[in-house]
Amino acid sequence: MIRIEKLHKSYPIGKDSLHVLKGIDLHIKEGEFVSIMGSSGSGKSTLLNIVGLLDIHDEGDYYLNGQLIKDLNEKKAAILRNKFLGFVFQSFNLISYKTALENVALPLYYKGMNRKERLKVAMDYLDKVGLKDWASHLPSELSGGQKQRVAIARALVTNPKVVLADEPTGALDTTTTDSVMDLLKDINDEGMTVFVITHEEEVAEQTKRIVRLRDGVIISDTLTKAAKAL
Amino acid sequence: MFDLDRWREIFQSINKNRLRSVMSGFTVAFAILLFTLLFGVASGLGNFFKSAFADDAQNMMFVRVWKTTKPYKGLQTGRAIQLKNTDYNYVTEEYEDQIQYQSARIYKNFSIKYKNEASTYNVRAVHPDHQFLEKTLMDEGRYLNNRDLREKSKVIVIGRLIKKDLFGEKPALGKRVNVNGSSFLIIGIFSDEGGDNEERMAYVPVTTVQMMYGNNDYISQINLGYNPNLSTDAAIAFGKKVERNMRKRLNIHPDDQSALSVRNMAEANKFVSILMFALFLIIGFIGSGTLVAGIIGISNIMIFVIKERTKEFGIRKALGATPGSIIGMVVQESVLITTLAGYFGLTLGTYILSAIGNSLEEQYFIKDPSVSSGIVIGATVVLIISGLIAGYVPAKRAARIKPIEALRAD
Ligand SMILES: Nc1ncnc2c1ncn2[C@@H]1O[C@H](COP(=O)(O)OP(=O)(O)OP(=O)(O)O)[C@@H](O)[C@H]1O
Ligand SMILES: [Mg+2]
Repeated sequence: MIRIEKLHKSYPIGKDSLHVLKGIDLHIKEGEFVSIMGSSGSGKSTLLNIVGLLDIHDEGDYYLNGQLIKDLNEKKAAILRNKFLGFVFQSFNLISYKTALENVALPLYYKGMNRKERLKVAMDYLDKVGLKDWASHLPSELSGGQKQRVAIARALVTNPKVVLADEPTGALDTTTTDSVMDLLKDINDEGMTVFVITHEEEVAEQTKRIVRLRDGVIISDTLTKAAKAL
Repeated sequence: MFDLDRWREIFQSINKNRLRSVMSGFTVAFAILLFTLLFGVASGLGNFFKSAFADDAQNMMFVRVWKTTKPYKGLQTGRAIQLKNTDYNYVTEEYEDQIQYQSARIYKNFSIKYKNEASTYNVRAVHPDHQFLEKTLMDEGRYLNNRDLREKSKVIVIGRLIKKDLFGEKPALGKRVNVNGSSFLIIGIFSDEGGDNEERMAYVPVTTVQMMYGNNDYISQINLGYNPNLSTDAAIAFGKKVERNMRKRLNIHPDDQSALSVRNMAEANKFVSILMFALFLIIGFIGSGTLVAGIIGISNIMIFVIKERTKEFGIRKALGATPGSIIGMVVQESVLITTLAGYFGLTLGTYILSAIGNSLEEQYFIKDPSVSSGIVIGATVVLIISGLIAGYVPAKRAARIKPIEALRAD
């Protein structure tokens, strides 16, 4: 599903440039549940953004769903994101003036689905994350855990190939963290590829594979107990 | 362009951020309001000028004479100039092609008497065309015709107010009145938009007056309607030519305004149209200036708003919004706000103008100020274009927003 070979990425900082990713090789197959760990600044978000087509790598090859990602213009990237990828962010990133339902339906708007249909589909996904009764509430009326579940519903609504989550539990307490992780596990059980960044060992332990980054290189790539238990 | 869903998105974003939208629309609403008011007032002024001359034909000119004030060819000053039938014939034959209407005029003061009612009135002895030159409106009966002139008939067309003076509410048409001792048949009763003076007046044939009162061929004035196909400038030139030739003909110094002059509506028309043109130019300048300020205002506020909405656009992009769809959305929002605000200004302006109505005519010479439907359509086009311009820069900025920067957890 995701194949990365000798990937490099630098950010220009003034005259210098900051070499963030220094030759990453990573292969994630369909249906995997992978977490990335590493200290702050090790390049986790950078990697996820490149995988999510939100950023462009400098060197190396990236194949998404077998397709070589190269010389993408913004429009093509937007269409691919809409089609293949779902995003979950640490700070939820819901649109404040839209209801939970409308937030979930938004990716379908960009897919070109008509309103009636997309509200129906969005409602199904809200139901799936257990927030059907909260459909007409604005984000400001939801708790952190609820917001993140709305965001997960939004990431899933287009039925993407991969869900990318950058510290999805970073802003949540232990109980809500567990409910969000349970949700991600359910999704993965249904066959979805899930790719999570986290700082928390407990969260990483619940995924099936942990990739550790340090200074822009992978230092370890191991299966978790959860995976071995299967 | 007509994408219901996109309109819904835009309405939602405007509706959920009303204060912001009203603020950005304010300058444009104000600009259009100002423009509407200025424009309405100017056209009111134009209407006043037009109606001020409306009681006479727009293409009227007349040759009038008085006393010489300059010696010429051995003739001393102070000589009274007299126009005659030969002069009238000369002008009307010589310039036939440039003339639409023609009439001589003799001014008289006659007493008109019916039964016991009598009074002295201004009477004009004229030709049939005079009706069109003076825009005399027939209420009853008919105006003078060529046969009256040929037969020197004793017929009279009286003004509405003479009829009222002498006959009250009783019928006057077909009755005979005594005019300066002779019996005249009333063949018509007229009204005139020129006011009371013009309606307390009577018309009789030139030939009848010349025969009965003095038995001469004198006339007081020559009235002409120049050919309406002439341009204003050509009509002015025509007037000057008549003036020149008549002075030569009557041995008058070429520059003696007092002895003989041609009064030409074309000159007044030209003056009014230049004045109106200048006025509209100034208003156009002020109006477009404020509109440009309005566009810049909207654009600036929208740029500010885009900054505020950076995160939202970042989210939209991450979810699959293409740069094109972001540009479309921002531009459309700008067009909508501009158009709505503009129409608000326009409606308010039109409302104020209609409330003003004719109340300013007396003091400020503003009559029926209003904006035409052409202006409204024009304004719509201008507003949509303004919205496009105002939205362009903010839209470009919105499209440039990078999701990773917008979404960085901060
Ligand atoms: N757009 C950018 N321009 C310049 N430098 C950047 C940019 N994005 C990230 N960096 C730098 O690249 C390095 C890696 O950043 P990245 O966000 O990938 O780290 P991270 O592993 O996700 O850290 P954290 O755990 O704090 O989220 C950091 O030093 C960061 O300052
Ligand atoms: Mg990060």
